Amino acid sequence: MKPLLDTVENFLRGLARAQFFLVSTLAAIPAALLRPRLLMQQIYSVGVLSLVITVISGMFIGMVLGLQGYRTLVGFGAETSLGTFVALVTVRELGPVVTALLFAGRAGSALTAEIGLMRATDQLSAMEMMAVDPIQRVIAPRFIAGCLSLPLLAAIFCVMAIGISGGHLIGVELLGVDAGSYWTQIQGAVEFEDIWNGVVKSLVFAVVISWIAVYQGYHAAPNSEGVSRATRNTVVTSSLAILALDFVLTAFMFRGF
Amino acid sequence: MPAPPAAESNPLVRARGLHFAFGPRVIFEGVDIDLKRGQVTTLMGPSGTGKTTLLRLIGGQYRPAQGTVEFDGTDVHRLSRRELLDLRKHMGIMFQNGALLTDLTVFENVAFPIREHTKLPESMIRDLVLMKLHAVGLRGARDLYPHELSGGMARRVAMARAIALDPQLVMYDEPLTGLDPISMGVAMRLIRSLNDALGLTSIIVSHDVAETLSISDYAYIISNGKVVAEGTPDQVRASRSEWAQQFLKGEPDGPVHFHYDAPDYAKDLMGAAP
Repeated sequence: MKPLLDTVENFLRGLARAQFFLVSTLAAIPAALLRPRLLMQQIYSVGVLSLVITVISGMFIGMVLGLQGYRTLVGFGAETSLGTFVALVTVRELGPVVTALLFAGRAGSALTAEIGLMRATDQLSAMEMMAVDPIQRVIAPRFIAGCLSLPLLAAIFCVMAIGISGGHLIGVELLGVDAGSYWTQIQGAVEFEDIWNGVVKSLVFAVVISWIAVYQGYHAAPNSEGVSRATRNTVVTSSLAILALDFVLTAFMFRGF
Repeated sequence: MPAPPAAESNPLVRARGLHFAFGPRVIFEGVDIDLKRGQVTTLMGPSGTGKTTLLRLIGGQYRPAQGTVEFDGTDVHRLSRRELLDLRKHMGIMFQNGALLTDLTVFENVAFPIREHTKLPESMIRDLVLMKLHAVGLRGARDLYPHELSGGMARRVAMARAIALDPQLVMYDEPLTGLDPISMGVAMRLIRSLNDALGLTSIIVSHDVAETLSISDYAYIISNGKVVAEGTPDQVRASRSEWAQQFLKGEPDGPVHFHYDAPDYAKDLMGAAP
């Protein structure tokens, strides 16, 4: 019983520390916004460099959806609804969730490792001793960059999966679904609310991943094992958080149906 | 360098009765230290005696359990965060491995504190940085990144950065560890000459006895949380403390045991010990 209580206590303590850390990060955001060059650099390394993996994954997921959707729908003679199927699945679920998972693996882990190594090599201490607040100079710009990048990446993912290659390439070009009905079905079925919900989801995921990544890096034990543990924690915790939050958000968003 | 008479009674840093512990591990049990103005003071002691911790206490990164640290008459640990950050502009620190910001060039590393804390025009920042880099002999390395520097060069860049804002106090954390003899000599001479030329007060934390004593005005030896010897280099060398003598002569056994606490060897091998 005692180990269990200890684990719970540790978890709650960690959560409290993480919340406190989030508050100080949020408080540092205005100052960080005044350093646009620093912010650009971070958006580049967090967002732009995650583009390739996002685009490629979007293509493949769209192609798989095209094949699976067509196979199922053609049995009912409803293959013209392929567009609706691909678009709704992508916009509502796979776009935000898969992009977030990829983002946690690609950018979240990199953020944690970078900040953790800065901690291990005394760079953060050096900043403090130079009277520069590392939360303002290091943490906040990376946090903002993460929050801005993920929703945009998710949008690009959706475009890749539905239109440019994925569903369209397989369904229309390869399997011969009529292009007109593919697009009209999408236009008719996808509501603004669907897109908005997808945006909200990926914004929430973005905040959570960026929060976990910078927190883990900043509090990593200053040695190689500590950095490796922190990186692993970032990927595991944010993946689980994404999936759990996705359920909660979905339950709230679509409870009317 | 002879210190002005007033400096004797008015040290730049005055630590009194410092107590500090990491959880159960006691680091300091009542340590008094003065850093006199204009002098180079060395703090020596075996690894793990909290030498670096003392620098962090002076810089206000750690808070002592008891005791005070005064910097130029101000109690460091009673300041608000903002006041503390302001105070730190008067301190420069060189960390053990330089702790240069790895995503910036040498030039930008030295310019970093100047850019953060002043609104000087770019041309003046350039001049200032080149002057600091020239002082450490690395004006030609301005465009290199930290990973392109040798250990000795990285520390010299860190020195240039530490003096970038013309601080009153410069703290050197293990400035010699891992350096070859040439770089060591260069670093030592630099610490002394920067101190005298810029009118600084310096503290060196080190366990390289001969090298650091040779350029110091005053030295402390710390062991087991207490100051075991202090004085001018000659006084320290002549200290009758067993701890100090073992440390200065590098003897493997003495008050600091060679063996970590362990059960009886023979019994241990026979499996009798728990």
